[in-house]
Amino acid sequence: MAAEDALTRGPRAWLPALGALALAGGAGLLGAQQPPLPPATRAPAATLSRPSSAAKPPDGAGFLQRWLVLEPIKVPGQLTESAVRAAIGNEYFPNQLAVIPRDGQAVTVGDEPLLWHALDTRNYNVNLYHFAYALNKPTSNVLFWAVTRVEVPHEMRNVRLAIGSNAASIWWLNGQEIIAIYGDRQAVIDDGVSKRVTLRNGLNTIRAAVVNAGGATDFCARFLDADDNPVREISVRLSQEQP
Amino acid sequence: MTRFALAAAAMLLALAPGLALDGEPGMHDPSTVIEADGKFYVYATGNGLPAFASDDGWTWHRTGSLMQAVPGGKPGPDVIARGGNNSWAPDLIRSGDKYFLYYSAPGTQPKSAVGLLVGRTLDPASPDYKWDDGGPVVWSDGVEDSNAIDPGVMRDPTNGTMWLTYGSYFGYIRLVELDPTTGKRLHPEAKPVNIAINSEASVLIFREGWYYLLVTHGSCCAGGNSTYNIRMGRSRKVTGPFVDNMAIDMLQGGGKLFAGSSGRHIGPGHFGLLDLGDGVQKFSCHYESDLDRGGISVLDIRPLLWRDGWPVAGENLTAGTYEIESARTGTALEMAVQGTPVGGRGRGGPGRGGASAAGRGETPPPPIPGQDAAQVGSNWPAGPIDARMAPYMLQAQQKWAITPVDHAGGYPGSPYFKITIAGTDRALAATGDAELTVVPVFSGEPEQLWRIDQLADGSYRLMPKRIPNTTERLALSAIGSSMPTLEKFKPASDRQRWLLRTP
Repeated sequence: MAAEDALTRGPRAWLPALGALALAGGAGLLGAQQPPLPPATRAPAATLSRPSSAAKPPDGAGFLQRWLVLEPIKVPGQLTESAVRAAIGNEYFPNQLAVIPRDGQAVTVGDEPLLWHALDTRNYNVNLYHFAYALNKPTSNVLFWAVTRVEVPHEMRNVRLAIGSNAASIWWLNGQEIIAIYGDRQAVIDDGVSKRVTLRNGLNTIRAAVVNAGGATDFCARFLDADDNPVREISVRLSQEQP
Repeated sequence: MTRFALAAAAMLLALAPGLALDGEPGMHDPSTVIEADGKFYVYATGNGLPAFASDDGWTWHRTGSLMQAVPGGKPGPDVIARGGNNSWAPDLIRSGDKYFLYYSAPGTQPKSAVGLLVGRTLDPASPDYKWDDGGPVVWSDGVEDSNAIDPGVMRDPTNGTMWLTYGSYFGYIRLVELDPTTGKRLHPEAKPVNIAINSEASVLIFREGWYYLLVTHGSCCAGGNSTYNIRMGRSRKVTGPFVDNMAIDMLQGGGKLFAGSSGRHIGPGHFGLLDLGDGVQKFSCHYESDLDRGGISVLDIRPLLWRDGWPVAGENLTAGTYEIESARTGTALEMAVQGTPVGGRGRGGPGRGGASAAGRGETPPPPIPGQDAAQVGSNWPAGPIDARMAPYMLQAQQKWAITPVDHAGGYPGSPYFKITIAGTDRALAATGDAELTVVPVFSGEPEQLWRIDQLADGSYRLMPKRIPNTTERLALSAIGSSMPTLEKFKPASDRQRWLLRTP
């Protein structure tokens, strides 16, 4: 849903925006003539926390719950294939399709410094709206980069990455693009599924770019085996150091 | 070709009736179609019991007469004595390592007998191919209320017992139990059970606790004036009573319609079950008159569906343009190109509707034409393009022309189809890694040919004729909301069930 649409059509989409205005100090809809208030300190995202262990196994349904997420980058928020391709095609920071970031690492996009955050999610999905809102960052017309690494005890052939995202997203495994879904969409489990891929022994890098236009934004991801069962004998390890 | 002409051609294709099989399907009173060692066999009424075979269930050819393999070349003497020297309307079943073939041997009806032949192979080329006379199994003396022709044989899947129904118009359809080891009556002294009346070509089938008796009503053998139609009743017990959907006993003339005349085919009769496994069932029948073949009687094989506890005669798929919708996800198969909204971007939307325009006294906007490949295809890449799934939006990359392919073989009831983006030659194909692609031009390769079987619930299973690099037979599968692939068919899952909707 486009941003202007979010404010004119969908109450689901603009309710959080009203909440954000209220939390920002009551500038509200009547405060257009008032000077902007300084950003308020917001509570941490309820569904997200900093990792407290070296590795994290997938949850019972195989979902990967530990990610490095970059603070949102402002983009036009169009969700067609060509628009998403154009948004992803910009180089926002060096080596953006290969970098393995560290928690707290900063990149500069335009003239804005953005930080990578290591996150554990309590749910099957990573709520990017919670993430950005808690940081007082925009949630509409934005691009999120997310990276995680899964440690695989032995080579696994014929598995598939299965994701859901709100909204459009493109996904890479070890540098190869394997999923692209476009349009305004909800995060549905196993919405986008890759062709059969091989997870190599050791660390494998999964990278995602999620573009949101308006309203909620989140993603979920897991691997499915050849019988479509969740792959659970892997673990997420964000650090580059071997155990 | 103009766009109008293209549309007209598409309409004609959509309306074209399905052809009842290929090759030499001309026959009357066919037996159950039997699959053995990868081939299909069927036998019919006529001098010496004409025999037919098919490598794929689509193209049939005459292989001779069954009686050629019987010592003496005709019914055994006891059969002739109880009935007559004719040979009609056979049915057969495999039991252990033997085939039992039952045939009608009428004299002057209703004096008739049902004879038994016993063989070990159906392949005329096998050195073991021969049929031995098993004598008469049941008969009618010409006076009693029975005419012992038109045998139909069933194995009860609940307990392995075997049952024979028979009869035609002169009185009752009757039931006797058979010995699965000999093919003869298990209790020859027992009185046959009357289970229906005023019909012929009876046979029993079983499903989910119900025995179904299918019979043929009406008259045969009058070409386009034949009123043959297949009717049915059901019972919780193999011995009946068999009642129809209005609780009328088939002994009192009841019978729910299963199949009547339709399309270009008049007078279906002689139901036979062809269970292909994995939940895919078909039925065979003959039409008294196939208008596309000058009115001769021909064999056909059609999907067998089930609804509300009753079998339903499905129709073989005909050429047309379809949306291919996943029963799992509700999303539609499409070629992975960026779609263009129907009518173009910026058309329609709130405030532009006809009703509101009319309410303001304005002229409603003109209709928006449908979208076809000619309008938007110039934006599509020239090479192979992935297949994917997306919400159906009436767009050209989501409309598939499904067209039978000549001389490419087939499967029971249908030829192979090509599946192309309507208005183009871009064809859905299997890849060497068991995924899907849309190739720029249909070339007729086996990975571009599709078997499309209708399943019991009316949805469809789509399988490529061949997948490069594997002998596995895989089906089009919705692996996720947006991703089709090829996977082993799982009958209980919605993953491989597809709805073919008219766009």
